[in-house]
Amino acid sequence: MPINYFLVLAAFLFCTGAYGVMARRNAVLVLMSVELMLNAVNLNLVAFSTHLQDVSGQVFALFVITIAAAEVGIGLAIVLLIYRNLRSPDLDQVEQLKG
Amino acid sequence: MWAQEVAFWIIAIAMAGAAIGVVRSSNVVHAALYLVVVLAGSAAQYILLLAEFVAWVQVLIYIGAIVVLFLFGIMLTRAPMREESGKLDNNQWLASGVVALFLFGVLTMFLVDAFHGDEVKFKDSLVQLGSTNNIGSSIFHDYVIPFEVVSMLLLAALVGAVALARKD
Repeated sequence: MPINYFLVLAAFLFCTGAYGVMARRNAVLVLMSVELMLNAVNLNLVAFSTHLQDVSGQVFALFVITIAAAEVGIGLAIVLLIYRNLRSPDLDQVEQLKG
Repeated sequence: MWAQEVAFWIIAIAMAGAAIGVVRSSNVVHAALYLVVVLAGSAAQYILLLAEFVAWVQVLIYIGAIVVLFLFGIMLTRAPMREESGKLDNNQWLASGVVALFLFGVLTMFLVDAFHGDEVKFKDSLVQLGSTNNIGSSIFHDYVIPFEVVSMLLLAALVGAVALARKD
């Protein structure tokens, strides 16, 4: 089975996530798109782990999953604060630092 | 071997459609449910790649914990549940689409060029590669320090999240 199948699928997921990060206004949806990108990286790590017959890739995929959990926890806390202060989860309205 | 390829394509098409659903859906809860499909598809691909432990961790942590966290986030920020497209996207979606397509084209071109003809080899000895035993000994022999650092990071992040979200 060509490894390219997995790599191109992961590239597609990554680009979809990048589109979501750029085009979404709602903060929760931006975090979901970041999850898509992290998931694409995990797919690459596991595919190369099997291809190279080295378990390190899978260990790193586990680390990435852990980091993703931490990132979502912090991210949602920040989104909650934005919502409390601005009464809206839209990232366009976070503009206090704009000159 | 062809059964694996058929399974790969079915799962890959489902994942691609659901990924587009995540970034284009006009309902936030639907986007979260599409995300579940993408994550479950990833777990299935890990099983195709004989990485059983990572697959189950994916199901437990991503689908079990992270998506539930997202649903709580949606609930707490009172995101629009009704069809209100345009409120969820900003006005640069066209430029974003062009950038994402360009990135996908470039990545695909280079990946196909670099790994053309490389096959994932499924040997009998490989069945042991992704086993819990193997991953556990790798974590606790070769990656003890990163493992401890990651656990401290997770603890600090969750304490920080509680401190941030507290109301007072």
